[in-house]
Amino acid sequence: MTVQTAESAPSAAHAGTGTAAAGSVMAHALKDAFVTGLIALGLFGPLIGFQTIIIDGALGLGYRPGLLAIIVGIIFAGRLLLNLTVWSPNRQVKARSGPTVFDRAGVVIGPVVKPALFGFAVLFPAIAIYGMGGLTESRYLIDLGILILTYVMLGWGLNIVVGLAGLLDLGYVAFYAVGAYTYALLATSAPVNDFFAGLLGETFWANWAFWICLPIAGLFSGLWGMILGFPVLRLRGDYLAIVTLAFGEIIRLVLINWVDFTGGGAGVASIPRATFFGIPFSAGEDGFAALFGLEFNPMHRIIFLYFVILALALITAFATVRLRKLPVGRAWEALREDEIACRSLGINTTNTKLTAFATGAMFGGFAGCFFAVRAGFVSPESFTFDVSAMILAIVVLGGMGSQIGVAVAAAVMMGGMEMLRNLGFLKQVFGNDFDPSLYRMLIFGFAMVAIMVWKPRGLVSTRDPTIFLKERKAVSGSLVKEGHG
Amino acid sequence: MEIFVQQLINGLTLGSIYGLIAIGYTMVFGIIGMVNFAHGDVFMVATFISLICFLLLTTVLGLTSIFVALFIVLIAAMFFTSLLSWAIERVAYRPLRGSFRLAPMISAIGMSILLANFVQVSQGPRNKPVPPMITDVIVLMDSGSYQVTLAWKQVIIMVITSLLLAGFWYLVQKTSLGRAQRACEQDRKMAALLGINVDHTISLTFVIGAALAAVAGVMYLMYYGVANFADGFVPGVKAFTAAVLGGIGSLPGAVLGGLLIGLIETFWSAYFSIEYKDVAAFSILAITLIFMPQGLLGRPEVEKV
Repeated sequence: MTVQTAESAPSAAHAGTGTAAAGSVMAHALKDAFVTGLIALGLFGPLIGFQTIIIDGALGLGYRPGLLAIIVGIIFAGRLLLNLTVWSPNRQVKARSGPTVFDRAGVVIGPVVKPALFGFAVLFPAIAIYGMGGLTESRYLIDLGILILTYVMLGWGLNIVVGLAGLLDLGYVAFYAVGAYTYALLATSAPVNDFFAGLLGETFWANWAFWICLPIAGLFSGLWGMILGFPVLRLRGDYLAIVTLAFGEIIRLVLINWVDFTGGGAGVASIPRATFFGIPFSAGEDGFAALFGLEFNPMHRIIFLYFVILALALITAFATVRLRKLPVGRAWEALREDEIACRSLGINTTNTKLTAFATGAMFGGFAGCFFAVRAGFVSPESFTFDVSAMILAIVVLGGMGSQIGVAVAAAVMMGGMEMLRNLGFLKQVFGNDFDPSLYRMLIFGFAMVAIMVWKPRGLVSTRDPTIFLKERKAVSGSLVKEGHG
Repeated sequence: MEIFVQQLINGLTLGSIYGLIAIGYTMVFGIIGMVNFAHGDVFMVATFISLICFLLLTTVLGLTSIFVALFIVLIAAMFFTSLLSWAIERVAYRPLRGSFRLAPMISAIGMSILLANFVQVSQGPRNKPVPPMITDVIVLMDSGSYQVTLAWKQVIIMVITSLLLAGFWYLVQKTSLGRAQRACEQDRKMAALLGINVDHTISLTFVIGAALAAVAGVMYLMYYGVANFADGFVPGVKAFTAAVLGGIGSLPGAVLGGLLIGLIETFWSAYFSIEYKDVAAFSILAITLIFMPQGLLGRPEVEKV
């Protein structure tokens, strides 16, 4: 086990005199790259080199030596190149003085990013319609925008729990599911419909269900957050993560198996659609189009949904920004940095955690309610652990605690993958049945590991104190328990 | 009565597999205090490696003796899985030692997703069935309508598990490696001061855990005869439950917890409802962590400032 690791190589470079003979550097680099290549061969050999395929009902083996050779070759060459350049003992490491190019660029671009992104988000439907040349043609883009914004909102909601309070929640999808099922079950419930039909007219519930259920779904999810959070929040960080994971799975399994109540695996279908504050998007006399003197087009509803989710996401962001300035928000961040210090300063850690957990759950519930009304159909299939993992990956990639980072991460990961699918040249390179969305979770997983190893606080790390005396100072790692990184 | 005995046998078999995986969780937790979330997926990769080895030996090389084949598969799966686990520790966990609290956990979750999806894209999402390997059974009881059987593969699983556990116990209790491991578990800094190569010891812990998971993988494949890329998550969580139930950090506890979880799962499926068997396992996990975080055989945890 004499492999030179990526981490120990730079320190060896410092120890060296910097004038090591070129020959021995080359020999060492080659040897190291060779060993790395061998390990890569061992790692990828069984699973890439062979493929289990079902031929005539029986399992057989296929062979992919070419692909294996390419992968191992890339790893060998990459390692060799790195050994000769970045990790080379002859390389002089420049002492860093002053802000880097990126820091300076950040200062210039920083203030412009938020308004620019906001403006783009508001104008996006118009841009899409203009760009695609018509309402109906823009449907794909606007649907994609809705999907991205849903994940932005979920990311921002989870950010309160993970990014601000430092509680790792692996069952966030449970609250998303609670929100979605709250709306789905209430809106399709016959007794509720009959009750309002007798009171306020036949069509009242169908038209107003979404707007009445939206706050209910949020409150209900928040309540569930409290019920689940109360017993588990005394646990240490990774236990908490596992228990939230268990709760998420339990809720999904109950949704599948409690057929009488939730419809089981078949889900709940024909959920009432969203209305323009009581005015349905229908072709009829009292529909949205007729009342506003427009020609009927089903796209009106989609565009309206886009603005609904945009508003919901912005409310989440606004609430988070304001909460951070309140004592409770500051307590969250203090808790993230050092729990024992918090406790000794008299902060009730259980209550503080519970508020963060419930607030995050509430926004998850809003997003779930929106999901149900957009799809018109919910089933347990939509609430698997993968969704939790995806949201967590977005928060981690964006930088825990950073609003803009999460938004960009959601857009890149959800939108970028979708865009890749339509790029023709990828199909020419990788063959016709190449579908990049299959690789989405693979990339999510890889990115999570890479970010943790490279920049544990995320790409946009915000550990700046939200409140300060006279001047803003960075939080020094040596002052808090959760220092390094 | 017959059903009870049959379920007992099935439960002990399943429990052996869970116990072997649980040791990997509990050892890693004991030594670096981290939940190795990717361990379940390492187990899943082991089932695929053994599936490929098995196919290579039987269909391509034409080996007819099933026992020789199983033996070679076992060795190969242990080797490749250990290598994988060693590489994971090196790349994804070691650089994070001393980083902030959630970092290793998030990295492990990422690694778990990465492994599952790597297998999905490289081997395809469908179930991979293998023909039943050892089908002979011993009839223990026969009441006319119901036969209690002990399959030979169940015997093999229990025997191999017991042998491995005995060897493993010897390794931890009697060898210098085991001493180094226990020393690192108690105080890593002090162990380093006394000349123990801590990094090396931690690497070996991951390797041993993965080797046991590989054995579990081979036996899982032999017992159920199917491999799927998603089969790491639920067995992984159940094995972690076993580790927690037995007292995380305690090796006998992991085995005891594994057997208990296996028994609870089979009896729950037999007497209550098979749909809710995973709910039962997850509930035990949550209840144990909330009310009895030290488990059955573990030490209560003291929070150090």
